[in-house]
Amino acid sequence: MIQIEGLLKRYKRAERNAVDGISFNVHAGEFFALLGPNGAGKTTTISILTTTLAPTSGSATIDGHDIVAEASAVRRKVGIIFQRPSLDRNLTGEENVRFHAVLYGVYPYAPSYRLMPEPYRRQVAELAGVVGIGDEVFEPVRTYSGGMSRKLEIVRSLIHRPKVLFLDEPTSGLDAPARRSLWTYLERVRRESNTTILLTTHYLEEAEQADRICIIDHGRVVSYGTPTAIKADLIEEYVLVDTADRQALVAELGRLGLPHSGEGPYRVELDGRGTHAVLKSIDTPLNVVQTHMPSLEDAYLDIVGRAEAEAEVGTDA
Amino acid sequence: MRELSAVLAIAHRDLIKLLRDRARLVADLVFPLIFIGVLGTSLQASFGDAGGIDLLAFVFTGVLAQTLWQSSAMGVISLIEDRENDFSQEIFVSPISRYSIVIGKVLGESLVALPQGLAIVIFGIVIGIGLGPATLVALVPAALVITVFGGAFGVLVLSRLPNRRAATQIFPFVMLPQFFLAGVFNPIENLPWFLDILSRLAPLRYAVDLLRNVYYSFHPERVDVPLASLGTNLALIGALFAIFIAVGTALFVRSEQNR
Repeated sequence: MIQIEGLLKRYKRAERNAVDGISFNVHAGEFFALLGPNGAGKTTTISILTTTLAPTSGSATIDGHDIVAEASAVRRKVGIIFQRPSLDRNLTGEENVRFHAVLYGVYPYAPSYRLMPEPYRRQVAELAGVVGIGDEVFEPVRTYSGGMSRKLEIVRSLIHRPKVLFLDEPTSGLDAPARRSLWTYLERVRRESNTTILLTTHYLEEAEQADRICIIDHGRVVSYGTPTAIKADLIEEYVLVDTADRQALVAELGRLGLPHSGEGPYRVELDGRGTHAVLKSIDTPLNVVQTHMPSLEDAYLDIVGRAEAEAEVGTDA
Repeated sequence: MRELSAVLAIAHRDLIKLLRDRARLVADLVFPLIFIGVLGTSLQASFGDAGGIDLLAFVFTGVLAQTLWQSSAMGVISLIEDRENDFSQEIFVSPISRYSIVIGKVLGESLVALPQGLAIVIFGIVIGIGLGPATLVALVPAALVITVFGGAFGVLVLSRLPNRRAATQIFPFVMLPQFFLAGVFNPIENLPWFLDILSRLAPLRYAVDLLRNVYYSFHPERVDVPLASLGTNLALIGALFAIFIAVGTALFVRSEQNR
């Protein structure tokens, strides 16, 4: 459904690439998560895929249409929930939906709700029910809560039946209950419409529910695959050992061909070897043994932590 | 049909916003009154019918054209405002033509500018500027042409601006000189050659002259003020409109996509 090949974007007057040659693909009907810390290039990637930003180089297709050469065809096939709310707060919920429906050619324009065709009015009533806003759909969006606005945006983005729905950090700015209810709702949308969903998030627990995850950082793909495969890929398992006689231990580790690092305690990479076997092979008496088997979250936080440390040094995203 | 629908939707959105913004509506109506009331009457008191020109009528027609034109041009700023509100994302990601977006916006802001013109016209009737029913009817199409033209000019100027702050900073430099070059308050028949060239380059000049053409055609007893014929003005406005829209849209889309 989505194919991306060597996509690269450097903003004007930027010193480094916001998106630095990423490639991945998304299958039809898949729930795909683009995971990464703030400034990793997630929003830039989505802006390029939805044709509002031109790539510097590389190519991408959505449902077989090139995003640059056939931008108009691509726009017809995608729906997007932007990171920052993009409802017109002066208009009512219904007016926002009507505006969208007309721009996507679903219905011809009429200046008032009553003059719109009957199927449209039925659809609005139905959608209002789904979002749980009843007659408030005729109130200005200004009066809505954050969660309501978000749901309305999703409702709006589905009105032209897109093949791919992009969600750019849809839960940012929402409190926990609103976040939970939005997820339940999205799950239902997915089940009922069988839409391909590409989600960006910096929350691991949101990404873990996806069919596949692509982790990006500094505009590059760090890891890519099913949540299980990613775990295997990212998680580094090692034992930390120390002894009274460090010289002997280093010599022995070298002799055994065990990759190690540090100034003591020493970090010995397991690389698939069993912890027990490794420890058993060491004869030098050990006074420290620590096994390190992190969760996926630890591994991810490690990536994010590195990114933030580098950001503090002064590279601005 | 679909593009037309989209143009109407975009235009209507601007109109809805105006109608829901009472403060702006009141400001729209009051500001021009102060303008003509103070300037026109003080000029009239100081100079009277100097040079055989009724200054009040002269300033009235100038300010009417200028207000319509400028208000529509400034209204197109709201495209930039949208960008900062992130609503433009919603418009720009939709499959309609970029020209439809710009034309819808220009049309919307033109309609929004009309109430200001109405306020000036009412004031003109009150001070007895000579606005009979026939003149009023003839002024309506002229006003529409002027606002649409102003909106197109706005597209061109704003296509080069990065944000709203830049827009509010640049606008006076683009607008103020045109007040004088286009002869809103001052006759521009005998300008020195370099100002004459600049004057001919000022788009507002043709909007003002168009309106005066219409007004003075109903007042043959007054000194003939317009500089060029109605046809000439319309032709120039049409050509400039096409250029502004085409170039402005292309530049705007490019600056949006190549950030």
